[in-house]
Amino acid sequence: MSPRPGLVLDVEATTPPILFHHGDGVRFEKLPPGSRVVYPNEPLDPIEDVDGAIEHALLNPLGDQQPLDALMFAGMKLTIAFDDISLPLPQMQAPDIRGRIIEKVLDLAAAAGVDDVHLIAALALHRRMTDRELRHAVGDRVYDAFAPSGQLYNFDAEDPDGLTHLGETKHGEEVIISTRAVESDLLVYVNINLVSMDGGHKSVATGLSGYQAIRHHHNVHTMHRSTSFMDQDNSELHTRNWRQGRLLADSVNIFQVETTLNTDTFPKPFDFLQKREWEMNAKDRAMLLGTKVGLDRMHTRVKRNIMQGIRAPYGLTSIQAGEVEAVHTVTTANVYQQQLVRVEGQTDVMTMGIPFVGPYNVNSIMNPILVACMGLGYYFNLYRGKPLVREGGVVIMTHPTKLEFHPVHHPSYIDFFEEVLADTTDPLEIEKKYEKRYAEDEWYRHLYRTSYAYHGVHPFYMWYWCAHALQHLSQVIVVGGDVKAVRRLGFRPASTMNDALEMASDTVGSRPTVTHFHNPPMLMADVV
Amino acid sequence: MVSNVVEMNSVIAQALSGTRIAITGGTGFLGTALIERLLRSVDDCHLILLVRKPRRGDVDRRVEREILRNDAFDRLREEWGDDFTDRASSRITVVAGDVAIDGLGLTEADTAAFCSADIVVHSAATVSFDNPLDTSVEINLLGPNRVLTVLQEANVSPHLISVSTCYVAGNRRGKASEEFLSDSPFHIKVDWEAEVDAARRTRADLDATSRTPDMLKRFGKEARDELGAAGVPLLSAKSEQRREEWVDDKMVEAGRSRATSLGWPDVYTYSKALGEQALLEIHGDIPLTVVRPSIIESAWSEPKPGWIRGFRMAEPLIVSFAKGELDQFPGYPEGIIDVIPVDMVAAAICAVAAKGPAPSPSIYQVASGSVNPLLYKVLTSTVQKWFTDNPIYDPNGNPIAVNDWVFTGAAGLEEKLERIQTAFDKIGLVVNALPIRGTKAKIAEKMTEKRRILDQAHGYIQIYGAYGRCEALYQIDRLMALWDELDQDDRADFSFNPSEIDWTHYITNIHLPTVVIQARVKMTPDKRIGPSRESRLRAQVLAPERHFAAFDLENTLIASNVVESYSWLATRRLDPAARVRFALKTLGEAPSLWTRDRRDRTDFLRHFYRRYDGAPVDLLDEDAQELLSQLIITKSFPGGIRRIREHRAAGHKTVLITGALDLAVKPLEPLFDEIIAARVDSVGGTYTGEMLDVPPIGEVRAQVMLAWASSHGLDPDQGVAYADAASDLPMLEAVGFPVAVNPETRLINIAEKRGWLTENWGRAPGGPKPLFPIGRQVRTTKRRKVAS
Repeated sequence: MSPRPGLVLDVEATTPPILFHHGDGVRFEKLPPGSRVVYPNEPLDPIEDVDGAIEHALLNPLGDQQPLDALMFAGMKLTIAFDDISLPLPQMQAPDIRGRIIEKVLDLAAAAGVDDVHLIAALALHRRMTDRELRHAVGDRVYDAFAPSGQLYNFDAEDPDGLTHLGETKHGEEVIISTRAVESDLLVYVNINLVSMDGGHKSVATGLSGYQAIRHHHNVHTMHRSTSFMDQDNSELHTRNWRQGRLLADSVNIFQVETTLNTDTFPKPFDFLQKREWEMNAKDRAMLLGTKVGLDRMHTRVKRNIMQGIRAPYGLTSIQAGEVEAVHTVTTANVYQQQLVRVEGQTDVMTMGIPFVGPYNVNSIMNPILVACMGLGYYFNLYRGKPLVREGGVVIMTHPTKLEFHPVHHPSYIDFFEEVLADTTDPLEIEKKYEKRYAEDEWYRHLYRTSYAYHGVHPFYMWYWCAHALQHLSQVIVVGGDVKAVRRLGFRPASTMNDALEMASDTVGSRPTVTHFHNPPMLMADVV
Repeated sequence: MVSNVVEMNSVIAQALSGTRIAITGGTGFLGTALIERLLRSVDDCHLILLVRKPRRGDVDRRVEREILRNDAFDRLREEWGDDFTDRASSRITVVAGDVAIDGLGLTEADTAAFCSADIVVHSAATVSFDNPLDTSVEINLLGPNRVLTVLQEANVSPHLISVSTCYVAGNRRGKASEEFLSDSPFHIKVDWEAEVDAARRTRADLDATSRTPDMLKRFGKEARDELGAAGVPLLSAKSEQRREEWVDDKMVEAGRSRATSLGWPDVYTYSKALGEQALLEIHGDIPLTVVRPSIIESAWSEPKPGWIRGFRMAEPLIVSFAKGELDQFPGYPEGIIDVIPVDMVAAAICAVAAKGPAPSPSIYQVASGSVNPLLYKVLTSTVQKWFTDNPIYDPNGNPIAVNDWVFTGAAGLEEKLERIQTAFDKIGLVVNALPIRGTKAKIAEKMTEKRRILDQAHGYIQIYGAYGRCEALYQIDRLMALWDELDQDDRADFSFNPSEIDWTHYITNIHLPTVVIQARVKMTPDKRIGPSRESRLRAQVLAPERHFAAFDLENTLIASNVVESYSWLATRRLDPAARVRFALKTLGEAPSLWTRDRRDRTDFLRHFYRRYDGAPVDLLDEDAQELLSQLIITKSFPGGIRRIREHRAAGHKTVLITGALDLAVKPLEPLFDEIIAARVDSVGGTYTGEMLDVPPIGEVRAQVMLAWASSHGLDPDQGVAYADAASDLPMLEAVGFPVAVNPETRLINIAEKRGWLTENWGRAPGGPKPLFPIGRQVRTTKRRKVAS
């Protein structure tokens, strides 16, 4: 049976309560009759012969690029860059697709007698990956072969000797990337395209770049003009990134490998999380209830460890390689095929359940700023055409939003929360008043480079990610969140969904249209 | 020139006009009132004020600051306008002297000035009821003597009016007449000279006892209990302070015992009584009058109703009652509290001075009990009603309800209080020994506060209890005879008739409104306006004028210690079985390590760092980097790290001074201009475990900080220091702006007393909490050939 497409369910009085993700737990909410629930498409069937598909893609490139084996020669400098820990979400079951591709690339390199190989986790301003995380991403064999000799490492966007300035675009955007990449005869980039924002020129131009260049598109102005940044054709973020990428492609020979995954997100026994509520059988319901009760009673740390331990059984749906833009066109089409669900008309109130993991808290804590970014940055922007929620509408999200921070991963977030958000939540003001200081801070730079900290400027980007939504919405309500934390974010805390809907009526009237965005598994609303 | 306001109709004023009046004790409550009254109501008398030389500045300045600027002179200042200063100084001669010194410590010229007086009012005294025996003897007993002797030696014989107290009559019931004690049928003959010798000898004996080895050991232990391992200089200073306090405490005890053994309630009345006796014996040709007031309280009408100087005897009791801290006190409901407003005492002295001496030494008592008694129950019920109508507010803005006053006998109450105090002491010992800090240790602060209230209540009862139970009735026949002689003008200008007092009016409208102002208690529910004390102190430490900020590490910036760092580093490269063995062994050693650490931290570090013997330098350096993420940053206090950075942003230099090893704290370099840490020697690529220098702990930490500051031209007065333990006191005391961080119980109390900023910094909420400080294992793997 081929996978069923997503759908928009009209809630009736008999519709069972709808599952909302709620951080490390779940909650059930009875939505008012007449509400809509947007369900994702079922996972597409995966490619069976993954190794064959990889080999085929590497040897049959798209666009103006030669087959990979033809690009290899003895004595060359080869650099393989790959997406970091922020993808996919949750982390995928071993073997990670990156490792499988890299092995194949290394085989070709070995066959051609290539000795000078560097493998770089393309972090941009994300935290460094730990040894274990690197090992998971590239696989044991690659890790053991390259890590001890220092040929497998994390990119360092603050290394004064590690970056090369390649020039400026016509619009004055600086193009600066890893010197090793620039000096290489070939740069192979291995990507996982989880959402439509990923990949393309963004891979190298952002992944192997630093603050100096990234600030040209990671800013409030760009975000206000990206509607949405998940929709490349209407994204100022991509326009600017593409300009940088094209300039960069003139100097660096890039062989882009992009993959798409299906939405087989939750392994057993959590697979009920991707079922539609009314289709659950007795066993599913028992599991669901048991899981909920169990999780609710567990200590936060235990719960977090269990949830962060989830490894998704993702299946590969496509792999394409070659010239960046040609590859990315195909990739994007494949992402859309899996994720786009047609929705007719906007809604007054959009509800969403924020899950336990986002791109920036893998093996970490989803702090309040990341909660905001997950809801208003990612989920709000997962639309094509027009936002799922109308201008002046309301977003209601569910998440415990605890006042918790990972001290090693998110040091600048703690200060951002205590200092910046205590002062203002206006993205423009924050950018003007605080960004430079945090971005150039010596201590954050030290922690980014030597510890496992996100760059000092990173919390600012998370907040800018919300800028489009903050401009668009009349209010944001968090159900079940820590009151102090929610207020600091500038949102309104509510203890129940009914309270939240009541509060929403302040701006959208007493009989608003309500649409629930049933994500994850990943879904993108094609609003017509 | 406009003539002065006082018209010289009054006989008293006329009699005193043109006289020279010497006054001792002018900076006291009664003295100030007397000076004001004489300047204002007697046109051209000249005052010679004998004032003790202040530590800084001269006596003229002291008179200006402590007497003439007092609000008692507001009225006169208004009357005299711009001429006030000139007129006042033209009528006052100030001489520097001290009644506790033979010859009063006067220069020849000052002696001449002092002895030129027609009238000498000796009002200088120590009015504390719980002074050390010898202090009261020197001032209250010998003071009047010395004044008399100076006059005799100068061959002058002015009228000496010596101020004493009604309570010299002692703990007795019934009438107490205006007669010398030696004329009383109840008199016990006491040789005052023998008392002086005994008091001095007692001090010498106690001092000798305090220097015996056992006692010195005890003071040393007490100092250590209070300060912990604070280093030799501080502990020695504290120990010596303890010794001196012990001698003083014993002298207080000796004073109380001696006084009560002779029938006086306290050392004050005892010394005053003997002082009178001595004067009587040696006055010779000098005409002598003794004026004995009862309990002097705020003014009835002059210079203005309610005027008071200082926080006197009844006020602390009243305020404690209104705050709900004290609800019982020894006494009988129908007992009499003999209170007399200060202006009546000053007026009586003027009248006595104007009348001149009697042929033989005489006494005037200025008291209310026999003619217009204030009953204890009236006092308490009036006070209770007033505070019910005008409650004091607690810091949260809630009114404090006053309890019903319970009248008790002294004995039972004192015993009960002592039992509670003993229980508190025992709990206190336990709490102080607990390894708690920061907000958890606040319990110690609360206990200290409760203990303070208990001590205070006990103290009040010990000191003032006898007055609540005193049933003597002070006769004022001679005073009233003097009153009867006055004409209408004198009675208006120099009123001292206690019958005129309406007690309810006095307590409700005059005294209590003044008391609450003097006590600075909160009488409105308003929340504080403006920044809190903490934010003001915080702004101070971050002010751009500051020069530097010095930080301790453990428990100030991170919730970890040298044992954890060591354990982490030591286990990082062990196999799993060895790691478990190591963890168990370290846990087993914890108590002995902890004890050693508490006893002497330097010794502990030297002992502990031996364990690094044989450790490879390069591996440890490599692992230290991981230590930063996995231990130091994981266990750090983000608030503390932020504070360091705020200091840097404010342009201050920052320095970390820690007993931790340099290799473990090296990753913190970007936060500090300098890191001063313990260092272990290495030979041929391995550590020896021997320390290269004395670790910066206790007083060494302060020295190291001061040396660093001076080498960088930084002023310690403009320095800020952050630390968590009493052993860091030397460093905290060495700077102008000490900050106690997550203080342990001992330091909480010290910081509270000294008004230091206290910060409670915690780890990032929700962050990882590793159970054991065990380094995540390093997997060593061999490199695989890439290309074959």
